[in-house]
Amino acid sequence: MRDIAVVSVAQHQEKALTNTTEVELMVPIINEARSAVGLTQDDIGFTCSGSSDFLAGQAFSFVHTLDAVGAVPPISESHVEMDGAWALYEAWVKLQIGGVDTALVYSYGKSSPGSLRDVLSTQLDPYYLGPLWPDAFSLAALQARIMLESGTVSEQRLAEIAVRSLNGAADNPLAVRSSAEATTESVLAEAPIADPLRPSDCAASADGGVAVVLAAGDRARELCERPAWIRGIDHRIDPHQPGVRDLNRAPSAQAAAVNSGAGNDRLDAAELAAPFTTQEHILELELGLGNGTAVNASGGALAGHTMMAAGLMRIADAAAQIHNERADRVLGHAASGLYLQQNLVCVMEGE
Amino acid sequence: MSADPRIPPAALSGEVSLPEQLADVEPVRSVRTPIRLEYDFIPGSASSGYLNAFADRKILGQRSPVDGAVFVPPRGVDPRHGAATPDYVELPDTGHVGGFCVTRLPIPGRDDLEIPYVSAWIHLDGADIGFLGLVAGIDTSEVRMGMRVRAVWKPDDELGRTAENILYWAPTGEPDIPVTAAGTNAWHAKQAAAGEQG
Repeated sequence: MRDIAVVSVAQHQEKALTNTTEVELMVPIINEARSAVGLTQDDIGFTCSGSSDFLAGQAFSFVHTLDAVGAVPPISESHVEMDGAWALYEAWVKLQIGGVDTALVYSYGKSSPGSLRDVLSTQLDPYYLGPLWPDAFSLAALQARIMLESGTVSEQRLAEIAVRSLNGAADNPLAVRSSAEATTESVLAEAPIADPLRPSDCAASADGGVAVVLAAGDRARELCERPAWIRGIDHRIDPHQPGVRDLNRAPSAQAAAVNSGAGNDRLDAAELAAPFTTQEHILELELGLGNGTAVNASGGALAGHTMMAAGLMRIADAAAQIHNERADRVLGHAASGLYLQQNLVCVMEGE
Repeated sequence: MSADPRIPPAALSGEVSLPEQLADVEPVRSVRTPIRLEYDFIPGSASSGYLNAFADRKILGQRSPVDGAVFVPPRGVDPRHGAATPDYVELPDTGHVGGFCVTRLPIPGRDDLEIPYVSAWIHLDGADIGFLGLVAGIDTSEVRMGMRVRAVWKPDDELGRTAENILYWAPTGEPDIPVTAAGTNAWHAKQAAAGEQG
């Protein structure tokens, strides 16, 4: 295996981009990530992105955004209709194969032009669940009820997770929802929006984008004072049909954690891409996160959930903690699909 | 499990039969599951400038900070270099046909288009790339690459913030641009010349 590291990250996130297209959003982010390590597109061996046409409401929308990269002369490029964390995985595989030493990975989501809670219904199977058009909050509330009635979690614990995000996000300029004053009492006093879920249980929807530069071996050491070496990366998937799953669990998250070696040593920090407090609770259990691990110091995805980028943003946030020497060993997590159906875990270390 | 993936599993090789209690039920032959999602189109910074200018009968492009190439419609970026293009350029409503197609089939939702009609890449004077428009005011058999054209606009009181303001492009009667210098040929010639200079 080659040693591969995250050497540069750049991101932007806000509540809604009201006068910016996806390509206008990504030009400064991609340039910032590349120029921070002194690279231009000519120095990049492979480029991979993640996004969804269902957010843009436009077929092949990612092709427009490719204009932000500068693809002349022609570049080696790929795209996944997934969170950018999966684009990072593809780039990591490409680097493992060899032949290239650097990769640019980016993803973005602008869900504000549509109704995200309805757009997400198109993830469901088109014959049995899709025609019922259950919105994303109602589906999450069904899981929350199962978890509460089963004793998997308490409302108090969910409120604690919400407060952790609100308080942590207070110092994060990219967060779109934060409160230094929030307490479990104030969260529990909120009126539920999809009973039993309260507003603070549901991630704050955001628009944004993120770009990451990967480099292999000595190239990474040249470019970055303290590269975030990817020591393990794995993604797993649970069944699509929610009726066949135990919604108190996310076995694919546990499998990804085991296969990426997350539990082999102390983790200083973990950044989780859970769109609901219920799912953040499940992830903490499945990933085996202990007391010594700072979970979502940034506020996590709850403080700002950019569809298709929230996972790569978590990996970027975790890597940044290695870059600036606040942590030695970190975990970045990404999820996709209904009820954490798909999970990706990326474990990174500093030297 | 069969070792040969081309051989279907045994469970699928026999005839599929319904349980007895469903024997008289009419089989479902197909289901329709319509999907409708609504979006607000957000044109963004570059396209907002372009669309707003249309209300004043103006066509705006943007200039590449790298080599001065002019793109219309503007997208806020030079796609060759991934460089932001903050500077607008006002372009004239004259240019030439860089390429065209004669369509003899009606298209749904455009009853106003009489067939045959001509779609063309219009290369504005001062622009480095073409954009799409209709060519009219001339017999379709006489449209040609390099033909000089001018925009025919809607009356002033009907102008909006839309590219629909240009009804079509009509021939000016000026001499043609040579085909070797028309449309994308001009672009390639310019790039080649720039390469030689470099």
